[in-house]
Amino acid sequence: MVKFTARNLNIWFGQIHALKNVNIEVEANEILSVIGPSNSGKTSFLRMLNRLNDLNPGFKMNGELEFDKEEIRKIDVEILRKRVGMVFALPLPLPLSILENVAYGVRMHGEKDRNRISEIVERSLKQAYLWDEVKDRLNVSAFKLSGGQQQRLCIARTLAVEPEVILFDEPCSGLDPISTAKVEEAMLKLKKDYTIVLVTNNVKQAARVGDRTAFFLSGELVELDRTEKIFTAPSDTRTDGYIRGKFG
Amino acid sequence: MRKVKEFFIEKLILICGLASIFFVILIFLFLAREGLAVFKFVNPSNFLFGKNWYPISEPAQLGILPLIFGSLLVTLGAAIISIPIGVACAVYIAEIAPLKIKEILKAGIELLAAIPSVVLGFIGMVTLVPWVKTVFHLPTGLTALSGAIILAFMAMPTIVSIAEDALYSVPKSYKEGAFALGATHWQTIYRVLLPAASSGIVAAVMLGIGRVIGETMAVMMITGNAAVIPQSILVPVRTLTATIAAEMGEAVVGSEHYFALFAIGIVLFIISFIINVTADLFLHKRH
Repeated sequence: MVKFTARNLNIWFGQIHALKNVNIEVEANEILSVIGPSNSGKTSFLRMLNRLNDLNPGFKMNGELEFDKEEIRKIDVEILRKRVGMVFALPLPLPLSILENVAYGVRMHGEKDRNRISEIVERSLKQAYLWDEVKDRLNVSAFKLSGGQQQRLCIARTLAVEPEVILFDEPCSGLDPISTAKVEEAMLKLKKDYTIVLVTNNVKQAARVGDRTAFFLSGELVELDRTEKIFTAPSDTRTDGYIRGKFG
Repeated sequence: MRKVKEFFIEKLILICGLASIFFVILIFLFLAREGLAVFKFVNPSNFLFGKNWYPISEPAQLGILPLIFGSLLVTLGAAIISIPIGVACAVYIAEIAPLKIKEILKAGIELLAAIPSVVLGFIGMVTLVPWVKTVFHLPTGLTALSGAIILAFMAMPTIVSIAEDALYSVPKSYKEGAFALGATHWQTIYRVLLPAASSGIVAAVMLGIGRVIGETMAVMMITGNAAVIPQSILVPVRTLTATIAAEMGEAVVGSEHYFALFAIGIVLFIISFIINVTADLFLHKRH
Protein backbone atom coordinates (compact mmCIF):
# COMPACT_ATOMS: atom_id res chain seq x y z
CA MET A 1 0.00 0.00 0.00
CA VAL A 2 1.22 3.49 -0.83
CA LYS A 3 1.19 6.09 1.95
CA PHE A 4 2.54 9.16 0.19
CA THR A 5 2.69 9.94 -3.50
CA ALA A 6 4.47 13.00 -4.88
CA ARG A 7 4.03 13.86 -8.56
CA ASN A 8 6.09 16.65 -10.13
CA LEU A 9 6.41 18.27 -6.75
CA ASN A 10 8.14 21.66 -6.83
CA ILE A 11 8.60 23.94 -3.86
CA TRP A 12 10.15 27.35 -3.37
CA PHE A 13 11.25 29.36 -0.35
CA GLY A 14 11.17 32.88 -1.74
CA GLN A 15 13.50 32.73 -4.75
CA ILE A 16 15.11 29.44 -3.78
CA HIS A 17 13.84 26.46 -5.73
CA ALA A 18 14.17 23.84 -2.99
CA LEU A 19 12.58 20.77 -4.59
CA LYS A 20 12.59 20.24 -8.34
CA ASN A 21 10.09 17.93 -10.02
CA VAL A 22 10.22 15.27 -7.35
CA ASN A 23 8.32 12.03 -8.03
CA ILE A 24 8.36 9.61 -5.14
CA GLU A 25 6.19 7.06 -3.41
CA VAL A 26 6.42 6.06 0.24
CA GLU A 27 5.15 2.56 0.94
CA ALA A 28 3.29 1.63 4.11
CA ASN A 29 5.34 -0.16 6.79
CA GLU A 30 8.69 0.54 5.19
CA ILE A 31 11.61 2.57 6.39
CA LEU A 32 12.50 4.96 3.63
CA SER A 33 15.94 6.50 4.21
CA VAL A 34 16.59 9.85 2.62
CA ILE A 35 20.23 10.82 2.17
CA GLY A 36 22.03 13.69 0.52
CA PRO A 37 24.43 16.52 1.32
CA SER A 38 23.20 19.67 3.07
CA ASN A 39 20.97 21.88 0.92
CA SER A 40 19.97 18.84 -1.10
CA GLY A 41 16.30 19.28 -0.22
CA LYS A 42 15.99 16.14 1.89
CA THR A 43 14.71 17.93 4.99
CA SER A 44 12.45 20.16 2.87
CA PHE A 45 10.97 16.99 1.41
CA LEU A 46 10.42 15.53 4.87
CA ARG A 47 8.78 18.71 6.11
CA MET A 48 6.40 18.62 3.14
CA LEU A 49 4.91 15.43 4.48
CA ASN A 50 3.48 17.10 7.62
CA ARG A 51 3.23 20.54 6.02
CA LEU A 52 5.71 22.05 8.43
CA ASN A 53 7.10 24.04 5.50
CA ASP A 54 3.91 26.07 5.59
CA LEU A 55 5.35 27.90 8.58
CA ASN A 56 8.16 29.38 6.48
CA PRO A 57 7.38 32.79 5.03
CA GLY A 58 7.68 32.78 1.24
CA PHE A 59 6.82 29.10 0.86
CA LYS A 60 5.19 28.09 -2.44
CA MET A 61 4.48 24.72 -3.98
CA ASN A 62 3.01 23.18 -7.09
CA GLY A 63 2.55 19.63 -8.28
CA GLU A 64 0.74 16.96 -6.34
CA LEU A 65 1.33 15.39 -2.98
CA GLU A 66 -1.10 12.79 -1.71
CA PHE A 67 -1.40 11.12 1.68
CA ASP A 68 -3.54 7.97 1.58
CA LYS A 69 -4.78 9.00 -1.90
CA GLU A 70 -5.96 12.35 -0.58
CA GLU A 71 -4.45 15.67 -1.65
CA ILE A 72 -2.40 16.83 1.33
CA ARG A 73 -3.62 20.42 1.25
CA LYS A 74 -7.21 19.24 1.56
CA ILE A 75 -6.58 17.46 4.86
CA ASP A 76 -7.10 19.51 7.99
CA VAL A 77 -3.54 20.42 8.97
CA GLU A 78 -3.88 19.52 12.67
CA ILE A 79 -5.29 16.12 11.78
CA LEU A 80 -2.56 15.57 9.19
CA ARG A 81 0.11 16.34 11.80
CA LYS A 82 -1.51 14.03 14.29
CA ARG A 83 -1.43 11.23 11.71
CA VAL A 84 2.09 12.09 10.56
CA GLY A 85 4.30 12.50 13.61
CA MET A 86 7.81 13.92 13.59
CA VAL A 87 10.98 13.47 15.62
CA PHE A 88 13.49 16.30 15.35
CA ALA A 89 17.27 16.39 15.17
CA LEU A 90 17.72 17.77 18.65
CA PRO A 91 15.73 16.13 21.42
CA LEU A 92 13.26 18.71 22.54
CA PRO A 93 11.76 17.75 25.88
CA LEU A 94 9.39 20.28 27.38
CA PRO A 95 10.14 21.61 30.86
CA LEU A 96 7.80 19.02 32.38
CA SER A 97 8.09 15.59 33.98
CA ILE A 98 8.75 12.49 31.88
CA LEU A 99 5.13 11.44 32.21
CA GLU A 100 3.76 14.85 31.30
CA ASN A 101 6.04 15.07 28.27
CA VAL A 102 4.59 11.90 26.83
CA ALA A 103 1.03 12.79 27.87
CA TYR A 104 1.33 16.26 26.37
CA GLY A 105 0.08 15.62 22.87
CA VAL A 106 -2.56 13.20 24.14
CA ARG A 107 -4.00 15.81 26.47
CA MET A 108 -3.83 18.41 23.75
CA HIS A 109 -6.01 16.26 21.55
CA GLY A 110 -8.62 16.17 24.29
CA GLU A 111 -8.01 12.96 26.27
CA LYS A 112 -8.91 13.53 29.94
CA ASP A 113 -9.24 10.08 31.49
CA ARG A 114 -6.23 9.56 33.78
CA ASN A 115 -6.15 5.79 33.49
CA ARG A 116 -6.33 5.93 29.73
CA ILE A 117 -3.49 8.49 29.70
CA SER A 118 -1.23 6.41 31.92
CA GLU A 119 -1.91 3.37 29.71
CA ILE A 120 -0.91 5.35 26.63
CA VAL A 121 2.20 6.68 28.36
CA GLU A 122 3.31 3.21 29.36
CA ARG A 123 2.66 1.74 25.92
CA SER A 124 4.48 4.60 24.14
CA LEU A 125 7.50 4.44 26.43
CA LYS A 126 7.72 0.68 25.89
CA GLN A 127 7.56 1.13 22.13
CA ALA A 128 10.37 3.66 22.32
CA TYR A 129 12.45 1.29 24.49
CA LEU A 130 12.58 3.74 27.35
CA TRP A 131 10.10 2.21 29.80
CA ASP A 132 12.56 0.05 31.72
CA GLU A 133 14.94 2.95 32.23
CA VAL A 134 12.34 5.42 33.50
CA LYS A 135 9.43 3.46 34.96
CA ASP A 136 10.49 4.20 38.56
CA ARG A 137 10.89 7.93 38.02
CA LEU A 138 8.11 9.06 35.74
CA ASN A 139 7.62 12.24 37.74
CA VAL A 140 11.22 13.38 37.41
CA SER A 141 11.96 16.33 35.09
CA ALA A 142 12.68 15.24 31.52
CA PHE A 143 15.86 17.30 31.59
CA LYS A 144 17.40 14.78 33.98
CA LEU A 145 17.56 12.20 31.19
CA SER A 146 20.62 11.71 29.00
CA GLY A 147 20.57 12.95 25.40
CA GLY A 148 19.78 9.50 24.01
CA GLN A 149 17.00 8.97 26.54
CA GLN A 150 15.59 12.40 25.74
CA GLN A 151 15.46 11.50 22.06
CA ARG A 152 13.63 8.26 22.84
CA LEU A 153 11.30 10.29 25.06
CA CYS A 154 10.52 12.48 22.06
CA ILE A 155 9.83 9.34 20.02
CA ALA A 156 7.47 8.16 22.77
CA ARG A 157 5.74 11.55 22.76
CA THR A 158 5.22 11.29 19.02
CA LEU A 159 3.94 7.71 19.34
CA ALA A 160 1.52 8.69 22.09
CA VAL A 161 -0.76 10.59 19.71
CA GLU A 162 -1.01 7.37 17.63
CA PRO A 163 0.29 8.51 14.27
CA GLU A 164 0.42 6.34 11.14
CA VAL A 165 3.68 7.73 9.85
CA ILE A 166 6.74 8.89 11.75
CA LEU A 167 9.16 11.33 10.17
CA PHE A 168 12.67 11.29 11.60
CA ASP A 169 14.77 14.38 10.88
CA GLU A 170 18.39 13.34 11.54
CA PRO A 171 17.33 11.84 14.86
CA CYS A 172 20.78 10.66 15.88
CA SER A 173 22.90 13.62 14.83
CA GLY A 174 23.57 14.57 18.46
CA LEU A 175 23.81 11.08 19.96
CA ASP A 176 26.63 8.72 20.86
CA PRO A 177 26.91 5.34 19.07
CA ILE A 178 25.20 3.36 21.82
CA SER A 179 22.21 5.69 22.01
CA THR A 180 22.12 5.69 18.21
CA ALA A 181 21.95 1.90 18.22
CA LYS A 182 19.01 2.01 20.63
CA VAL A 183 17.11 4.52 18.52
CA GLU A 184 17.77 2.42 15.41
CA GLU A 185 16.57 -0.69 17.20
CA ALA A 186 13.38 1.13 18.15
CA MET A 187 12.86 2.19 14.52
CA LEU A 188 13.25 -1.36 13.22
CA LYS A 189 10.62 -2.62 15.67
CA LEU A 190 8.30 0.29 14.92
CA LYS A 191 8.08 -0.32 11.21
CA LYS A 192 5.78 -3.27 11.86
CA ASP A 193 3.05 -0.80 12.85
CA TYR A 194 4.18 2.45 11.32
CA THR A 195 5.55 3.90 8.14
CA ILE A 196 8.89 5.58 8.71
CA VAL A 197 10.70 8.21 6.69
CA LEU A 198 14.22 8.79 7.96
CA VAL A 199 16.34 11.74 6.87
CA THR A 200 19.93 11.16 7.86
CA ASN A 201 23.39 12.54 7.25
CA ASN A 202 24.83 9.25 8.32
CA VAL A 203 25.06 7.12 5.18
CA LYS A 204 25.83 4.01 7.22
CA GLN A 205 22.67 4.52 9.23
CA ALA A 206 20.64 4.60 6.02
CA ALA A 207 22.31 1.35 5.01
CA ARG A 208 21.59 -0.26 8.40
CA VAL A 209 17.90 0.53 8.79
CA GLY A 210 16.44 1.57 5.43
CA ASP A 211 14.36 -0.78 3.31
CA ARG A 212 14.69 1.65 0.46
CA THR A 213 16.95 4.65 0.12
CA ALA A 214 16.41 7.91 -1.74
CA PHE A 215 19.32 10.11 -2.72
CA PHE A 216 18.67 13.84 -3.10
CA LEU A 217 21.06 16.35 -4.64
CA SER A 218 20.41 20.09 -5.21
CA GLY A 219 16.66 19.66 -4.84
CA GLU A 220 16.38 16.73 -7.24
CA LEU A 221 15.65 13.13 -6.44
CA VAL A 222 18.63 11.47 -8.11
CA GLU A 223 17.93 7.86 -7.32
CA LEU A 224 15.50 5.75 -5.33
CA ASP A 225 15.92 2.03 -4.93
CA ARG A 226 16.19 -0.86 -2.52
CA THR A 227 18.88 -0.09 0.01
CA GLU A 228 21.14 -3.03 -0.94
CA LYS A 229 20.99 -1.94 -4.57
CA ILE A 230 21.86 1.69 -3.76
CA PHE A 231 24.81 0.70 -1.63
CA THR A 232 26.18 -2.06 -3.87
CA ALA A 233 25.30 -1.12 -7.41
CA PRO A 234 23.91 2.41 -7.69
CA SER A 235 22.84 3.28 -11.21
CA ASP A 236 23.83 6.94 -11.02
CA THR A 237 27.49 7.95 -10.69
CA ARG A 238 26.55 10.85 -8.39
CA THR A 239 24.97 8.43 -5.91
CA ASP A 240 28.07 6.29 -6.07
CA GLY A 241 30.26 9.33 -5.45
CA TYR A 242 28.23 10.44 -2.43
CA ILE A 243 28.04 7.12 -0.63
CA ARG A 244 31.75 6.58 -1.17
CA GLY A 245 32.34 9.95 0.46
CA LYS A 246 33.76 11.67 -2.62
CA PHE A 247 31.64 14.77 -1.99
CA GLY A 248 28.97 16.07 0.35
CA MET B 1 52.70 49.59 25.35
CA ARG B 2 49.68 47.45 24.59
CA LYS B 3 49.75 46.16 28.13
CA VAL B 4 49.64 49.71 29.51
CA LYS B 5 46.72 50.61 27.27
CA GLU B 6 44.95 47.41 28.30
CA PHE B 7 45.56 48.28 31.97
CA PHE B 8 44.13 51.78 31.66
CA ILE B 9 41.06 50.69 29.73
CA GLU B 10 40.36 47.98 32.27
CA LYS B 11 40.64 50.42 35.17
CA LEU B 12 38.52 52.99 33.39
CA ILE B 13 35.73 50.48 32.90
CA LEU B 14 36.07 49.44 36.53
CA ILE B 15 35.67 53.05 37.65
CA CYS B 16 32.59 53.51 35.47
CA GLY B 17 31.12 50.37 36.92
CA LEU B 18 31.80 51.40 40.48
CA ALA B 19 30.54 54.94 39.87
CA SER B 20 26.98 53.79 39.34
CA ILE B 21 26.98 51.84 42.57
CA PHE B 22 28.67 54.71 44.36
CA PHE B 23 25.99 57.18 43.27
CA VAL B 24 23.21 54.83 44.26
CA ILE B 25 24.72 54.52 47.72
CA LEU B 26 25.12 58.30 48.00
CA ILE B 27 21.53 58.91 46.97
CA PHE B 28 20.30 56.30 49.37
CA LEU B 29 22.33 57.72 52.26
CA PHE B 30 21.04 61.21 51.57
CA LEU B 31 17.47 59.97 51.33
CA ALA B 32 17.85 58.03 54.56
CA ARG B 33 19.41 60.94 56.44
CA GLU B 34 16.73 63.43 55.40
CA GLY B 35 13.83 61.00 55.53
CA LEU B 36 14.50 59.25 58.82
CA ALA B 37 14.61 62.63 60.55
CA VAL B 38 10.83 62.75 60.35
CA PHE B 39 10.66 60.12 63.07
CA LYS B 40 11.82 62.72 65.56
CA PHE B 41 8.36 64.28 65.11
CA VAL B 42 6.12 61.30 64.46
CA ASN B 43 6.49 57.63 65.30
CA PRO B 44 6.79 55.16 62.39
CA SER B 45 3.41 53.50 62.86
CA ASN B 46 1.59 56.82 62.98
CA PHE B 47 3.46 57.84 59.88
CA LEU B 48 2.69 54.71 57.88
CA PHE B 49 -0.81 54.02 59.18
CA GLY B 50 -2.01 57.50 60.10
CA LYS B 51 -5.16 58.37 58.21
CA ASN B 52 -4.64 62.10 57.99
CA TRP B 53 -2.18 64.01 55.87
CA TYR B 54 -2.30 67.64 57.02
CA PRO B 55 1.34 68.64 56.82
CA ILE B 56 0.90 72.35 57.39
CA SER B 57 -1.75 72.42 60.06
CA GLU B 58 -0.80 73.06 63.69
CA PRO B 59 0.17 70.52 64.92
CA ALA B 60 1.04 68.80 61.61
CA GLN B 61 -0.57 65.42 60.98
CA LEU B 62 1.73 63.24 58.91
CA GLY B 63 -0.11 59.99 58.17
CA ILE B 64 0.60 58.70 54.69
CA LEU B 65 -1.89 55.81 54.57
CA PRO B 66 -4.21 57.72 52.17
CA LEU B 67 -1.25 58.34 49.84
CA ILE B 68 -0.18 54.68 49.93
CA PHE B 69 -3.74 53.62 49.14
CA GLY B 70 -3.89 56.20 46.37
CA SER B 71 -0.72 54.88 44.76
CA LEU B 72 -1.74 51.25 45.14
CA LEU B 73 -5.23 51.83 43.76
CA VAL B 74 -4.01 53.69 40.70
CA THR B 75 -1.26 51.13 40.10
CA LEU B 76 -3.58 48.18 40.53
CA GLY B 77 -6.10 49.71 38.16
CA ALA B 78 -3.42 50.41 35.59
CA ALA B 79 -2.09 46.85 35.93
CA ILE B 80 -5.52 45.30 35.48
CA ILE B 81 -6.00 47.30 32.29
CA SER B 82 -2.52 47.13 30.82
CA ILE B 83 -1.38 43.55 31.54
CA PRO B 84 -4.01 41.64 29.55
CA ILE B 85 -4.03 44.14 26.70
CA GLY B 86 -0.23 44.42 26.68
CA VAL B 87 0.41 40.68 26.71
CA ALA B 88 -2.26 40.03 24.11
CA CYS B 89 -0.77 42.75 21.94
CA ALA B 90 2.68 41.18 22.32
CA VAL B 91 1.30 37.77 21.31
CA TYR B 92 -0.37 39.32 18.29
CA ILE B 93 2.79 41.11 17.19
CA ALA B 94 5.11 38.19 17.82
CA GLU B 95 2.94 35.40 16.48
CA ILE B 96 -0.05 36.36 14.44
CA ALA B 97 0.42 39.68 12.69
CA PRO B 98 1.59 39.64 9.06
CA LEU B 99 4.95 41.30 8.54
CA LYS B 100 3.60 44.68 7.41
CA ILE B 101 1.12 45.10 10.25
CA LYS B 102 3.80 43.97 12.66
CA GLU B 103 6.13 46.77 11.52
CA ILE B 104 3.36 49.36 11.80
CA LEU B 105 2.32 48.17 15.25
CA LYS B 106 5.87 48.12 16.56
CA ALA B 107 6.44 51.66 15.31
CA GLY B 108 3.17 52.70 16.94
CA ILE B 109 4.21 51.21 20.27
CA GLU B 110 7.56 52.99 20.13
CA LEU B 111 5.73 56.21 19.40
CA LEU B 112 3.45 55.68 22.39
CA ALA B 113 6.54 55.26 24.56
CA ALA B 114 7.94 58.51 23.19
CA ILE B 115 4.98 60.68 24.29
CA PRO B 116 6.09 62.74 27.29
CA SER B 117 4.04 61.99 30.35
CA VAL B 118 2.94 65.59 30.76
CA VAL B 119 1.41 65.47 27.29
CA LEU B 120 -0.46 62.27 28.13
CA GLY B 121 -1.65 63.90 31.33
CA PHE B 122 -2.81 66.93 29.42
CA ILE B 123 -4.68 64.86 26.85
CA GLY B 124 -6.22 62.85 29.66
CA MET B 125 -7.31 66.02 31.39
CA VAL B 126 -9.21 67.43 28.41
CA THR B 127 -10.60 64.18 26.95
CA LEU B 128 -10.70 61.35 29.47
CA VAL B 129 -11.64 63.31 32.58
CA PRO B 130 -14.88 64.83 31.15
CA TRP B 131 -15.75 61.42 29.69
CA VAL B 132 -15.36 59.67 33.06
CA LYS B 133 -17.41 62.41 34.65
CA THR B 134 -20.39 62.02 32.30
CA VAL B 135 -20.31 58.24 31.98
CA PHE B 136 -20.33 57.61 35.74
CA HIS B 137 -22.35 60.73 36.69
CA LEU B 138 -19.67 62.00 39.04
CA PRO B 139 -19.17 65.47 40.51
CA THR B 140 -15.64 65.39 39.07
CA GLY B 141 -13.83 63.25 36.50
CA LEU B 142 -10.51 63.64 38.30
CA THR B 143 -10.50 60.12 39.75
CA ALA B 144 -8.31 57.12 40.39
CA LEU B 145 -9.91 55.49 37.36
CA SER B 146 -8.78 58.28 35.05
CA GLY B 147 -5.29 58.00 36.45
CA ALA B 148 -5.29 54.22 36.03
CA ILE B 149 -6.37 54.46 32.38
CA ILE B 150 -3.70 57.01 31.48
CA LEU B 151 -1.04 55.07 33.38
CA ALA B 152 -2.08 51.90 31.58
CA PHE B 153 -1.15 53.69 28.37
CA MET B 154 2.24 54.48 29.83
CA ALA B 155 2.90 50.93 31.01
CA MET B 156 1.76 49.37 27.75
CA PRO B 157 4.82 50.14 25.58
CA THR B 158 7.15 48.63 28.19
CA ILE B 159 5.01 45.53 28.61
CA VAL B 160 4.44 45.02 24.90
CA SER B 161 8.00 45.49 23.72
CA ILE B 162 9.65 43.37 26.41
CA ALA B 163 7.01 40.63 26.30
CA GLU B 164 7.26 40.60 22.51
CA ASP B 165 11.02 40.16 22.74
CA ALA B 166 10.54 37.30 25.19
CA LEU B 167 8.05 35.56 22.92
CA TYR B 168 10.17 36.15 19.87
CA SER B 169 13.23 34.62 21.49
CA VAL B 170 11.50 31.32 22.28
CA PRO B 171 13.40 28.86 20.07
CA LYS B 172 11.62 28.18 16.79
CA SER B 173 12.05 24.48 17.43
CA TYR B 174 9.61 24.62 20.38
CA LYS B 175 6.96 25.93 18.10
CA GLU B 176 7.67 23.36 15.41
CA GLY B 177 7.64 20.61 18.01
CA ALA B 178 4.17 21.61 19.13
CA PHE B 179 2.89 21.95 15.58
CA ALA B 180 4.35 18.57 14.69
CA LEU B 181 2.25 16.99 17.43
CA GLY B 182 -0.83 18.40 15.77
CA ALA B 183 -1.34 21.42 18.02
CA THR B 184 -3.40 24.28 16.67
CA HIS B 185 -1.88 27.75 16.54
CA TRP B 186 -3.70 28.82 19.69
CA GLN B 187 -2.72 25.63 21.57
CA THR B 188 0.89 26.29 20.59
CA ILE B 189 0.73 29.87 21.83
CA TYR B 190 -1.08 29.03 25.03
CA ARG B 191 0.66 25.83 26.04
CA VAL B 192 4.17 26.24 24.65
CA LEU B 193 5.10 29.82 23.80
CA LEU B 194 3.54 31.61 26.77
CA PRO B 195 4.98 29.19 29.37
CA ALA B 196 8.37 29.21 27.66
CA ALA B 197 8.40 33.00 27.63
CA SER B 198 6.80 33.37 31.05
CA SER B 199 9.88 34.66 32.85
CA GLY B 200 10.34 37.38 30.27
CA ILE B 201 6.66 38.25 30.41
CA VAL B 202 6.75 38.54 34.21
CA ALA B 203 9.77 40.82 33.88
CA ALA B 204 7.87 42.90 31.33
CA VAL B 205 4.90 43.23 33.66
CA MET B 206 7.10 44.15 36.62
CA LEU B 207 8.94 46.81 34.64
CA GLY B 208 5.61 48.17 33.44
CA ILE B 209 4.31 48.35 37.01
CA GLY B 210 7.59 49.90 38.11
CA ARG B 211 7.08 52.63 35.58
CA VAL B 212 3.50 53.19 36.77
CA ILE B 213 4.29 53.44 40.45
CA GLY B 214 7.06 55.95 39.87
CA GLU B 215 5.09 58.06 37.42
CA THR B 216 4.32 61.53 38.71
CA MET B 217 3.32 64.15 36.20
CA ALA B 218 0.32 62.52 34.55
CA VAL B 219 -1.21 61.29 37.80
CA MET B 220 -0.78 64.65 39.43
CA MET B 221 -2.73 66.22 36.59
CA ILE B 222 -5.69 63.87 36.51
CA THR B 223 -6.25 62.07 39.79
CA GLY B 224 -7.63 65.02 41.70
CA ASN B 225 -5.03 64.97 44.49
CA ALA B 226 -7.33 64.51 47.45
CA ALA B 227 -5.39 62.92 50.30
CA VAL B 228 -8.29 60.81 51.53
CA ILE B 229 -8.45 57.03 51.83
CA PRO B 230 -10.37 56.08 48.66
CA GLN B 231 -13.62 54.13 49.12
CA SER B 232 -13.91 53.32 45.40
CA ILE B 233 -12.01 53.77 42.16
CA LEU B 234 -14.33 56.63 41.17
CA VAL B 235 -13.08 59.17 43.70
CA PRO B 236 -10.12 61.55 43.61
CA VAL B 237 -6.93 60.15 45.12
CA ARG B 238 -3.44 61.41 45.74
CA THR B 239 -0.39 59.29 45.09
CA LEU B 240 2.95 59.22 46.91
CA THR B 241 4.78 60.64 43.91
CA ALA B 242 2.33 63.46 43.30
CA THR B 243 2.57 64.49 46.94
CA ILE B 244 6.33 64.89 46.76
CA ALA B 245 6.19 66.78 43.47
CA ALA B 246 3.41 69.10 44.55
CA GLU B 247 4.63 69.94 48.02
CA MET B 248 8.42 69.89 47.85
CA GLY B 249 8.51 73.42 46.46
CA GLU B 250 6.66 74.93 49.35
CA ALA B 251 7.99 72.86 52.26
CA VAL B 252 10.35 74.79 54.53
CA VAL B 253 13.79 73.17 54.45
CA GLY B 254 14.38 71.42 57.77
CA SER B 255 10.72 71.39 58.77
CA GLU B 256 8.89 68.21 59.66
CA HIS B 257 6.94 68.53 56.40
CA TYR B 258 10.22 68.57 54.46
CA PHE B 259 11.48 65.48 56.26
CA ALA B 260 8.15 63.74 55.76
CA LEU B 261 8.39 64.19 52.00
CA PHE B 262 11.80 62.53 52.04
CA ALA B 263 10.37 59.72 54.11
CA ILE B 264 7.72 59.26 51.43
CA GLY B 265 10.64 58.95 49.02
CA ILE B 266 12.00 56.11 51.17
CA VAL B 267 8.61 54.38 51.12
CA LEU B 268 8.51 54.65 47.32
CA PHE B 269 12.04 53.34 47.14
CA ILE B 270 11.11 50.34 49.28
CA ILE B 271 8.01 49.59 47.19
CA SER B 272 10.05 49.69 43.96
CA PHE B 273 12.68 47.55 45.59
CA ILE B 274 10.10 44.95 46.61
CA ILE B 275 8.70 44.88 43.08
CA ASN B 276 12.16 44.33 41.62
CA VAL B 277 13.06 41.63 44.13
CA THR B 278 9.80 39.80 43.46
CA ALA B 279 10.50 39.97 39.74
CA ASP B 280 14.00 38.64 40.36
CA LEU B 281 12.81 35.81 42.57
CA PHE B 282 10.31 34.83 39.97
CA LEU B 283 12.89 34.93 37.20
CA HIS B 284 15.35 32.79 39.09
CA LYS B 285 12.86 30.23 40.32
CA ARG B 286 12.62 28.86 36.82
CA HIS B 287 16.33 28.27 36.33
